[in-house]
Amino acid sequence: MNFRAVSAIYRFEMARTFRTLLQSIASPVISTSLYFIVFGSAIGSRMVEIDGVSYGAFIVPGLIMLMLLTESISNASFGIFMPRYSGTIYEVLSAPVTATEVVIGYVGAAASKSVLLGLLVLITARLFVPFQIEHPFWMIAFLVLTAITFSLFGFIIGIWADGFEKLQIIPLMIVTPLAFLGGTFYSLSMLPPLWQTITLFNPVVYLVSGFRWSFYGQADVNIVLSFGMTLLFMLGCVAVIAWIFRTGYRLKS
Amino acid sequence: MHSSGSGSRADFWITDRDGPGAIVKEKGKGRGKGAMAETREEKRAPSIITVTELSKTYAGGFRALDSVNLDIRRGEIFALLGPNGAGKTTLISIICGIVNASSGQVRVGGHDIWREFRAARSLIGLVPQELTTDMFETVWATVNFSRGLFGKPADKALVERILRELSLWDKRNERIMALSGGMKRRVMIAKALSHEPAVLFLDEPTAGVDVSLRRDMWAMVRRLRENGVTIILTTHYIEEAEEMADRIGIIRGGRITLVEEKAALMEKLGKKQLTVQLQHPLADIPEALSDLPLTLSADGCALHYHFDSQGAQAGIAVLMRRLGEQGIEFVDLHSHQSSLEDIFVSLVQAREGAE
Ligand SMILES: Nc1ncnc2c1ncn2[C@@H]1O[C@H](COP(=O)(O)OP(=O)(O)O)[C@@H](O)[C@H]1O
Ligand SMILES: [Mg+2]
Repeated sequence: MNFRAVSAIYRFEMARTFRTLLQSIASPVISTSLYFIVFGSAIGSRMVEIDGVSYGAFIVPGLIMLMLLTESISNASFGIFMPRYSGTIYEVLSAPVTATEVVIGYVGAAASKSVLLGLLVLITARLFVPFQIEHPFWMIAFLVLTAITFSLFGFIIGIWADGFEKLQIIPLMIVTPLAFLGGTFYSLSMLPPLWQTITLFNPVVYLVSGFRWSFYGQADVNIVLSFGMTLLFMLGCVAVIAWIFRTGYRLKS
Repeated sequence: MHSSGSGSRADFWITDRDGPGAIVKEKGKGRGKGAMAETREEKRAPSIITVTELSKTYAGGFRALDSVNLDIRRGEIFALLGPNGAGKTTLISIICGIVNASSGQVRVGGHDIWREFRAARSLIGLVPQELTTDMFETVWATVNFSRGLFGKPADKALVERILRELSLWDKRNERIMALSGGMKRRVMIAKALSHEPAVLFLDEPTAGVDVSLRRDMWAMVRRLRENGVTIILTTHYIEEAEEMADRIGIIRGGRITLVEEKAALMEKLGKKQLTVQLQHPLADIPEALSDLPLTLSADGCALHYHFDSQGAQAGIAVLMRRLGEQGIEFVDLHSHQSSLEDIFVSLVQAREGAE
């Protein structure tokens, strides 16, 4: 393992984050605060408790997940798209590094950033609503696993995209709707039976459900299933990335 | 975080390896010409790069390289000369791992660039043709990044030396996007040198570069060569190849048409021409001089005497005597030695004539 290369890529990517620290932090913190003001306080005060959890507290895990997904995808896709776009990717391609090392560097940095932001949003949320975390270990596990998985997914998008539009289109057209319909703002049991079934095809449901379980000990779907589905999605992303590097897809002509 | 199954296969970064290369290697060895070239090479200096039967067909079906065979000797400056679209950048990009080969084999320092890509690539520094740099990073950060990427431990003193040598030291804390084009080019050179490569590729290093950078660059190339670095450069500027290179390869249409010591090339193909400016114009070359390689200019005012660089002295003496015998008076004499450019043009023309 060329650890120096991994560390060079990782630090390079983290430096990019810290260079734009204010906007990196400000945007998720502000938008989470807005969600809590609107849904937590304004609307939430009129909502009934869900399974014994106040509505404001109920949406905390979902909002963190929402932010985690968006940030992981955008960080990782941008991280690999930019060198492709500017041409500086030549250096990584010509360096004595394996695909694994490149992926650990880029995806690791993107995932680290999202985990940090996730924790930051968690702290922000705590300022608005009281809540407890029943299974802190699993909470962190879900946080990290989701950050890695969606950073891998973002990495794929960053390689697939051949322009800025394509870079935006999947997060905008697919991920955001799935995230909103993934049970962040409601419990699946509140849906009609048909929709409950359809919703199970939405991978985000498993993330949000599992994550919420780590907070309140309640879940829409079985926790093992949640964890398993997240792992499965991650392995799928790993397989696609392995294929990308094996064929040189969009990286080498 | 990662499936170790794919991760432990160190080379899944690499594509289409093994198969074609291995077969071609056997074929290449069997060839009389290839084998001869190899033994000759070994006697002089061991090859640091060996390209065997390398071909590249781009996705669109365009064949950019066609069975290229090439040996680069350790420590030499090799100039790859050829018109636009000849395949220079493609060849360099394959050796450096940026473009996939279609078939063939490449070894760098004895390491197969696909199977032993780590060892092979560790030896190589590349300054690509296009100006591609980060924007927001500082010069210092980007050069240190390159060194880390190639697995080398941080070495501030070394990076400082490189930056000073390239007149970048004062700019080390500036963002790259604030630099001029010439300065960006220097940054790219610094990045390539940061990991102390044994082989340096310079792809059209002086295209669109100001005079001072060009001068600095050639000084640097010479210094690198003194330290044993092998340098392969492509250029449009034939004077540069002529001035800098030890050997010259000419590539056209994806084929290497000639590889020769520069001196030998000049010697072999370098024609000299002596122009004799006449006092009185001639209508024709006198019958008595018809055995000499002479041509008369259109206005009849000048005689051109053509000869090879070899045995020039005797030839000129004979001409002078014969002109004197014929009572032809002349007012001026000047000789002209063909440059690499002339050689290049004549080679290209000869080839086009043959096609
Ligand atoms: N990515 C590519 N896809 C298709 N054709 C390409 C690609 N890159 C280069 N070519 C073609 O291959 C030929 C050789 O290009 P190149 O190696 O850049 O030549 P040179 O560097 O000698 O100017 C050119 O005709 C060019 O158009
Ligand atoms: Mg070129």
